[in-house]
Amino acid sequence: MVGVTAYPLARAVWLSLYSYRITDPAGREFVGLRNYGVVLSDRLWWSDVLTTVVITVVTVAVELVVGFAFASVMHRIVFGRRLIRTSILLPYGIITVVSAFAWRYAFALDTGFVNHWFGLGDFAWFGHRWSALFVISLAEIWKTTPFMSLLLLAGLAQVPRELLEAAEVDGATRTQRLFRVTLPNMKAAIMVALLFRTLDAYRIFDNVFVMTSGAQATETVSFLAYRQTITRTALGLGSAVSVLLFASVVLIAILFVKGFGVDLARARGER
Amino acid sequence: MTARSGSWIGRVVGPVLIVIWTAVPLLWLVALSLKAGDHITDGRFWPSAPTLDNYGTVFGTDLFTSALRNSIGISLLATALSVVLATLAAYAIARLDFPGKKVILSVALAIAMFPTISLVGPLFDIWRTVGLYDTWFGLVIPYLSFTLPLSIWTLSAFFREIPWEMEQAAQVDGATPWQAFRKVIVPLAAPGVFTAAILTFFFAWNDFVFGISLTSTGRARTVPAALAFFTGASQFEQPTAAIAAAAVVVTIPVVAIVLVFQRRIVAGLTSGAVKG
Repeated sequence: MVGVTAYPLARAVWLSLYSYRITDPAGREFVGLRNYGVVLSDRLWWSDVLTTVVITVVTVAVELVVGFAFASVMHRIVFGRRLIRTSILLPYGIITVVSAFAWRYAFALDTGFVNHWFGLGDFAWFGHRWSALFVISLAEIWKTTPFMSLLLLAGLAQVPRELLEAAEVDGATRTQRLFRVTLPNMKAAIMVALLFRTLDAYRIFDNVFVMTSGAQATETVSFLAYRQTITRTALGLGSAVSVLLFASVVLIAILFVKGFGVDLARARGER
Repeated sequence: MTARSGSWIGRVVGPVLIVIWTAVPLLWLVALSLKAGDHITDGRFWPSAPTLDNYGTVFGTDLFTSALRNSIGISLLATALSVVLATLAAYAIARLDFPGKKVILSVALAIAMFPTISLVGPLFDIWRTVGLYDTWFGLVIPYLSFTLPLSIWTLSAFFREIPWEMEQAAQVDGATPWQAFRKVIVPLAAPGVFTAAILTFFFAWNDFVFGISLTSTGRARTVPAALAFFTGASQFEQPTAAIAAAAVVVTIPVVAIVLVFQRRIVAGLTSGAVKG
């Protein structure tokens, strides 16, 4: 398993130092860090980074709130536990491409019902950058909130009941109990959920591919890497993008672990 | 009084909202797949003249049937291999005390969080050289490397909970080592193994990045990839309803698995992350 991840990654680093197109193997030449220079000085790269960051921040933030609401509902539920669990798991299990098509057709001008329902006339959702990103984010949120809410539910279960009851007896309001007792006690679970989802959201690809294929400046970093490597067969340049993407993911992980003190082993009960 | 009505809202309205949230996009897909002709673009949610024609189209299309075969084969193969290997690894991690245990688990998690697209370029290049491009194993291998870490992570959490003394107890009572393993340990470990298998299957079934990048023909192209390149019965026909029908078909296994094994899935998703 390290072989299939570490070796290709090492090869990506190596390839990124060459100017290399598959269609022109003979023209391969060593260019040092020039590919990185090309990528980093290109406005497209920065526009893609911005798109990816916006999608990541928006979806993870919304998912945290919605996911927490879902988790609270599931935590308290008495009847219909099975039904709720089933419906929560469906978006998680469904193929991302399938969900992307469902959302695309729902918002599309010709096949969609959204514009009719909300009286939006012929507003072209995929014709503008921010409205397209809105739909992409919505689909991402729909698909991945269940995962978030299940992690949060497990965290909720760890909050000691006695603490909540003691707080209630002492006259703490609902809001006070939520912010002073519940949330601090499930901090570890929240952090783990945030870390997982942030890393996952940052590599968003499927939704973008199906809905806009990167049109209207909705291209994400993953999509750029794909387009350079596979569509344009510019392996050198594509590898540079891949390595940069990998580096930013590592950076996010380090930020979480060092900055917020997420200790995965400890969150898991292993000391 | 307010507290009681508040909890009533939480208990009834909340669950209903959750069900609506998940059901609407799915129902929409089903509704769309039952539409034909002009009805596809009538802007309504429900089909006014439901028809199963699209399902006929989809199953009559080579692109879809071969993709379905590939998806099922590749996903099952990846699941079987991944679970066997992960069980062995997790068994070692749970039962033996060796230095670097924590490192292995951390590396496993790091790989699971890896941006898949970063590997696509190099793998594309390597696979073309060694002849794995556009083959089943060309997809099974990357799936393994991404699902193994997750499976090991999940399984080792499960295995830590197993009371291993029972194995010795059975042997004291006269069971052979094999009997002790088969009759005592296997039934205890089976739920965990099963959970890992489901999560692995979901990953392989869902994958899109490798599916479009490492395949080019019906030989190994999987359903998600085929859907994205689907063009409908004829060049002049919008494939919308056909894609919807195909999407519904590949969602059925997911729904079935979720219905039957929901508790296992929830346990698996949260085992590695929060609970011990």
